[in-house]
Amino acid sequence: MATTETAAAADAVARQAATAEPPARAAAVKPWVWAVVAVAFVLPLLKFVIPGVISDYRLFVISTMMIAAIAVLGLNLLTGFNGQISLGHGAFYAVGAYTAAVMLDKISWMPDYYFLTIPAAAVMCFVVGYLFGLPALRLEGHYLALATFALALAVPQLLKYKWLEGLTGGVQGVVLLKPSPPFGLPLSEDQWLYYYILVIMVALYFIAFNILRGRNGRAMMAIRDHQMAADTMGIDTAQYKTVTFGISAAYTGIAGALSASAIAYVAPDSFGFFLSISLLIGLVVGGVASLAGSIIGGVFTVLVQNSAQALSKFVKNDLGLPFDLSAYAVYGILLLILMYVMPLGIAGGIVMAWRRLRG
Amino acid sequence: MTTVLEVKDLKAYYGQTQALHGVSFELLEGGITTLLGANGAGKTTTLRAICNMVRTEGDVVFQGRSIRGQATESIVRLGFAHVPEGRGTFTTLTVDENLRIAAYTRSDKAAVKRDLDMVFEYFPRLRERIQQQAGTLSGGEQQMLAISRALMLGPRVMLLDEPSFGLAPLIVQEIFRIMRRINTEAKCSMLLVEQNAALALDLADHAYVLETGRVVMSGPSDVVKNDENIRKSYLGY
Repeated sequence: MATTETAAAADAVARQAATAEPPARAAAVKPWVWAVVAVAFVLPLLKFVIPGVISDYRLFVISTMMIAAIAVLGLNLLTGFNGQISLGHGAFYAVGAYTAAVMLDKISWMPDYYFLTIPAAAVMCFVVGYLFGLPALRLEGHYLALATFALALAVPQLLKYKWLEGLTGGVQGVVLLKPSPPFGLPLSEDQWLYYYILVIMVALYFIAFNILRGRNGRAMMAIRDHQMAADTMGIDTAQYKTVTFGISAAYTGIAGALSASAIAYVAPDSFGFFLSISLLIGLVVGGVASLAGSIIGGVFTVLVQNSAQALSKFVKNDLGLPFDLSAYAVYGILLLILMYVMPLGIAGGIVMAWRRLRG
Repeated sequence: MTTVLEVKDLKAYYGQTQALHGVSFELLEGGITTLLGANGAGKTTTLRAICNMVRTEGDVVFQGRSIRGQATESIVRLGFAHVPEGRGTFTTLTVDENLRIAAYTRSDKAAVKRDLDMVFEYFPRLRERIQQQAGTLSGGEQQMLAISRALMLGPRVMLLDEPSFGLAPLIVQEIFRIMRRINTEAKCSMLLVEQNAALALDLADHAYVLETGRVVMSGPSDVVKNDENIRKSYLGY
């Protein structure tokens, strides 16, 4: 009887497969994403229920995490989904930050309309990224890595250039004001900043989600998987690669512009090569080609940079080990462990663990 | 029968290295022409040169109009479907997404749906694997996917680069049988590059033998197949 049963089951499966429309993957946003967004929105309001539960400083740290997440998201569009590596996204971050800073500094009415710096930085960085993407078409793999590396080195130097000093403030940088909450809302500056950044991050997340799930996203990923085959599918691969470069740079530039407002200060040396590398680390640790992974990666880069210091003190003072660990050593060890335990990044690791739990 | 594709004195270069030294041949409307030859004879390069993926000289005429020098994606839109060497699977995408990408250039949804049904009729196995990541398919299934993807472009001419490569003989037979059906039912002319000469000559109506970037021999498949000299000197069986 078992054989007829399995035959019947197989037949049922075949019939179902024959009639079912092929469902489009990732057609809708997962419910847990909405849950995270909802939690993020009520977080600052907790202070009205339990005073002192979440300080302004904590909110500020989360804000910087979200800024990093936007930057990593941009890098992920390029590297994770389109297969073009960049060691120089710190440069676009810098261009975005300076676009915002110069506007806020030089245009007298701009500080009241600080949100206009976001589209301005996006357009500016899209153009710069698109233009950089043109010569990058001829480069692949290691060569593209080197070219973008050069960009990361060049931009901070360019910002110090004496002819630009009138705009950029040279080595001194530009000091700005933090945006204040509008309409007399009973929020502190840090709380308002938190909401401002959160809204932009959520919007950018959904824009990326929508780009990726449609035909444009498929084309981007096809180019990553096999560029020649993508050519033979009638996809204008050159156009896609340069536009993706532009969009990616725009995302990271928006993050830069937000950081200018949040930290209320820009200086060339905060956009060194280490920034580019930490974005790449955020990308790999969070999860390559994973939108949620980009957010995790953003959180990770800020978290680790802040806690590596504390951890190295803890190792020395509290554990009483007879040697010093510098903060960078702790960072390095953490990275090694993470890459060993979760080779697909944190997002990939969570998915694997979830699958194992469900059998 | 009219000529759908005519290649005239085609030369191709990889950097400084010349890979084709003036290749000429034609493909008849609804026909199957095969390019045979040893490794490095220029078979793959010829297909790439037609799609302008390498630097070329000479001329490629499609339905009476020269297409040489046009961008690859424009040539594809004219009705060329290139099934690349090594299948060119989009490995991290699903079977479904691989097929949808092929419909990228088409706006007629009903026709796309019809072609999708046709593809599944040719290769029912792909329907079973529709949501599977394409990189996890077997070699034979990936070849089926590559041919299906080409079909989804709604092509006039299919350029097939070694569809038998690395596959078990039984699978190869199945795939070649379906290629024959596609040729007659979908009215799609085919230019077939193969190392397996016996197999290719059975399917094709015309054959050209390439050696170091030149055509050294050509004729109807039956003639080439039965000429012992050609077989021994160039085809090695």
